[in-house]
Amino acid sequence: MTILEFFLWSLLKVVVVTVVLLLAVSYTVLLERKVVGRIQNRWGPSRVGPFGLLQTLVDGAKLFLKEDLTPIGVYKPLYLLAPIIALACSLISIAVVPFGAPDVGGPGINLFQIANVNIALLIILGVTSVSVYGVALAGWSSNNKYSLLGALRSSAQMISYELALGLSLVGVVLRAGTFNLRNIVEQQAAKGFLTWNVFGGLQILAFFIYLTAAYAETNRSPFDLPEAESELTGGYHTEYSSMKFAMFFMAEYGNMITVSCVATLLFLGGWTSPFANLHWFPATHNPVLLAFASLFWFVLKVFFFLFLYIWVRGTLPRFRYDQLMNFGWRVLMPLAILNIVGTSLWLAYR
Amino acid sequence: MHLILFFIFAGCALAGAVNLLLQSHPINSALSLIVVMISLAVLYLLLGAEFLAIAQIIVYAGAVMVLFTFVVMLLNAGREERTRGSRAALALGFPAAVAIVAIIATVILRAQGLSTAGVQQGITSTAELSRVLFHGLLLPFEITSVLILIAILGAVALARQGNGDGERKAGK
Repeated sequence: MTILEFFLWSLLKVVVVTVVLLLAVSYTVLLERKVVGRIQNRWGPSRVGPFGLLQTLVDGAKLFLKEDLTPIGVYKPLYLLAPIIALACSLISIAVVPFGAPDVGGPGINLFQIANVNIALLIILGVTSVSVYGVALAGWSSNNKYSLLGALRSSAQMISYELALGLSLVGVVLRAGTFNLRNIVEQQAAKGFLTWNVFGGLQILAFFIYLTAAYAETNRSPFDLPEAESELTGGYHTEYSSMKFAMFFMAEYGNMITVSCVATLLFLGGWTSPFANLHWFPATHNPVLLAFASLFWFVLKVFFFLFLYIWVRGTLPRFRYDQLMNFGWRVLMPLAILNIVGTSLWLAYR
Repeated sequence: MHLILFFIFAGCALAGAVNLLLQSHPINSALSLIVVMISLAVLYLLLGAEFLAIAQIIVYAGAVMVLFTFVVMLLNAGREERTRGSRAALALGFPAAVAIVAIIATVILRAQGLSTAGVQQGITSTAELSRVLFHGLLLPFEITSVLILIAILGAVALARQGNGDGERKAGK
């Protein structure tokens, strides 16, 4: 493959993946409103389009056309930069995520992944650690006490839970012996759901630590203290309006999708079928069907995690701040370290 | 290809470093430093040191600089003021900086074998790196970690010494 071909393929994949991701973001918002509506015994948006399906487009248009206010007291360069950092960080991580079976489209093309790199998992962690700046700078540059408190809470929370998050992934990495997401998936593929890391890999503890830490990392309920409406009005994005607010909003949902993708890849076997071990389950050798099947399983698993996010948001109350910190440092961290020690001992014994 | 990327990110690193010195607001300086860190990470990546590159981002850009910006935000440090002392530092600092750069440059140019380290010489995988780190260099590695632990304990001890009843409040 020449350099020009490589560029064109990459450009095409980047465009397609970004468009799909943004669509997924907007429909996750709609899904959330519908599901939370049903949990609270109401319909959710149902007027615009069939089942309210066009609601997100209308919302987008509304945010786009709203007046873009910039308060007088803000520190302008950073006030403008913060939403860009937040959104960019939330969109970058998807570049290393493999969505489907790799052997589609011929050698070197890699149709279902933008970049297959050896340190993919670390890149995702690195981008997450940089994304703190979006929130922190937004709160500080807004020159508003609610924003600053929200940003401080959020940064402290993200830094604390990042440790538990990173440590919970070490067990998986130990088992796979690589940071390459594709190899991690392939290592789980042998016998369907029996060899997934969450079941056969005995990483169920790590799975729950990862999910909990990831909810805190993405500032989602029950850890949504940075934007606790009853205490901080809007938290770090109080002073943002119009598209700048929408960028924070999209960043939050983009992060949710990334977290769901990573959970799928690391613990639920990525794009592989859960029934690969069952002989009666219809198997196909048609490459097109195989490609679609892998996409189907991946999307289904990611959808499960997104639904779980919304379910948790609809049912659990918010933590108190001291509870949050205690839980992160005194429960999740030691459990994650315990999981590493246990996994290492098991691997050494075997 | 590698050369183009090298020039772009080396330029970014230099621009960030110069901007760090020129900015009068501390938070802008901190952000310029982040640009420098990330550009350096890309340069490491060009040299094939992928783990080092991402560790640079996670540790320096992600953790250390967050603490920097935290301190700047919490202390609400204002703009830098020009005093007679700062002017004197400026007058002395520039010649000193030029001298140091000149010394480092001559040492690097004199050194043998440095010119052979080029880009595009394959990637050092994380497995290879950890094999060296945990087989050959295990003792220095462990001693370094103990050293860091001592530093942490020292920092905690110093922070606790400050106010006598802080301990009781924190314990509650």
